Amino acid sequence: MKILVAVKRVIDYNVRVRVRADGSGVETANVKFSMNPFDEIALEEAVRLKESGAATEVIAVSIGPVQAQETLRSALAMGADRAILIQTDEAVEPLAVAKLLAAVARRESVELAILGKQAIDDDANQTGQMLAALLDWPQGTFASKLSIENGHAIVTREIDGGLETIRLALPALITTDLRLNTPRYASLPNIMKAKKKPLEVLTQAELGVDITPRLVTLKVEEPPKRKAGVKVADAAQLFDKLKHEAKVI
Amino acid sequence: MAVLVLAEHDNSVLAAATRNTVTAAAQLATGPVHVLVAGQAASAVAAEAARLSGVEKILLADDAAYAYGLAEPLAALLISLAENYDAILAPATTFGKNVLPRAAALLDVAQISDVTAILSPDTFVRPIYAGNALATVQSTDKRKVITVRTTAFAPAADGGAAIIESLSAAIPVPRSQFVGREVTRSERPDLTAARVVVSGGRGLGSKENFLLMEKLADTLGAAIGASRAAVDAGYAPNDAQVGQTGKIVAPDLYIAVGISGAIQHLAGMKDSKVIVAINKDEEAPIFQLADYSLVGDLFVELPKLCALLSGAQG
Ligand SMILES: Cc1cc2nc3c(=O)[nH]c(=O)nc-3n(C[C@H](O)[C@H](O)[C@H](O)COP(=O)(O)OP(=O)(O)OC[C@H]3O[C@@H](n4cnc5c(N)ncnc54)[C@H](O)[C@@H]3O)c2cc1C
Repeated sequence: MKILVAVKRVIDYNVRVRVRADGSGVETANVKFSMNPFDEIALEEAVRLKESGAATEVIAVSIGPVQAQETLRSALAMGADRAILIQTDEAVEPLAVAKLLAAVARRESVELAILGKQAIDDDANQTGQMLAALLDWPQGTFASKLSIENGHAIVTREIDGGLETIRLALPALITTDLRLNTPRYASLPNIMKAKKKPLEVLTQAELGVDITPRLVTLKVEEPPKRKAGVKVADAAQLFDKLKHEAKVI
Repeated sequence: MAVLVLAEHDNSVLAAATRNTVTAAAQLATGPVHVLVAGQAASAVAAEAARLSGVEKILLADDAAYAYGLAEPLAALLISLAENYDAILAPATTFGKNVLPRAAALLDVAQISDVTAILSPDTFVRPIYAGNALATVQSTDKRKVITVRTTAFAPAADGGAAIIESLSAAIPVPRSQFVGREVTRSERPDLTAARVVVSGGRGLGSKENFLLMEKLADTLGAAIGASRAAVDAGYAPNDAQVGQTGKIVAPDLYIAVGISGAIQHLAGMKDSKVIVAINKDEEAPIFQLADYSLVGDLFVELPKLCALLSGAQG
């Protein structure tokens, strides 16, 4: 069984994101980029499936600028066998990403695709579900547990009311939630080895996918600021303020 | 413009998030608003939805295939109905987030997630980067597919009298099968709809200590939330996580206890009306957002606050 894992290069989760003064987007110059944390979890899960013998190959795919090769090298260092970059400098919307990934999934005859449940930049939470739709595969989103048994994926999902378990016939799509696993750090020898693993670069034209955006971003602005608060000395003063000033208790 | 709302429910009760979504639908619609109730033996839900003001018609799809809200049959049902509507809306809950993008892709529409404001029939505001920026986006798709951030829209009230129309049976989707659910049982108000939310973080230190949050919630009739760290450590269940990748809450009062205030957490609660933070580190970022900052040891302050709230010291 081959597994496709999608990895996105995003502004690192520790960076304080700033909106550009002209409202055209957020500042990306001189900020640290990393692999989307949910994708690290997806990759870790795929590598574990390979280590357990349930999978034969892990293919990491990224869509983005030439710098996304670094993200793919990290994926290779974590244990992916090979990597594919669909190189573009354009902003690619989730629907177009799903179409590109579907094209790769068909070309590679993968039987399982594992994606992060959301990318921490656009926070869209769409791509996995869309990929499943385009491939006509069943989907197991927001997974906190995954096992492969007799041609099926058993998925425990984090839902608003608790946890849900579903059983999907392979081929299937999984999106990861935070508690699926704790991703490993790549070891130095593995980082060295990753440099020699294959990394193929494709274009959307080669895959025959139209990625023209459907949404026009008119502006990006800062959210309204909250007014500064006050310090209270102790529980008694807090109680008093909540009762008589804020009047919320 | 005719709008279809996908209702969230458990076959017996309509989820509160549906009401907020109907309000958003009414803002967007220039034509009728219909609500799709797909479930099994869900006629009580349809009757409840029919009372929502502003709704003209309920489509009731009653079939075993819809019993557990699985994405595959629901997306297939949505696309079979889509041609009658200019927009399809669902709440941005785990239910809506699971189903709607699947339908959007089948319709070849770029979904707009987590909408917080509707500026015109094709222009919407949505948070990006954990709410550190707000994007105004215009959709060029003929049909709109939208998930709604429920805290940004008031719940629709009762007062309507929609007609209920039954739909024919589902096409089975056998490759996806429901196995079971472990529902977190609680007598407390729903986290995303509660007037008061008290959230605990890693500072609580253990599952046993987290019971202090239960006491606090008891005195306030509050829902209990948690930071990711508290959930990861097993102090609280996964569905209590508040934040960028958990639940979004905006209660009248939010009390953060032993939570540092990482941007991922702030994303889920910064629209609360009054924010209180209790933390022993005066540098904790949560204090930059709090209306009332109490720098101190939670194990000292929390019992005192509980005592005051329950009037025991009176
Ligand atoms: C992809 C991704 C998604 C994430 N999504 C979320 C999310 O949705 N929600 C979320 O919450 N986090 C999320 N996080 C995690 C987030 O980055 C933080 O790690 C997390 O919020 C920290 O939780 P905390 O504040 O409880 O713990 P800490 O940051 O460890 O803070 C504990 C606080 O408790 C205080 N404290 C300790 N002892 C006491 C005491 N006795 N009295 C008073 N105060 C005390 C300390 O001073 C400290 O400020 C996400 C992270 C990633 C990478």
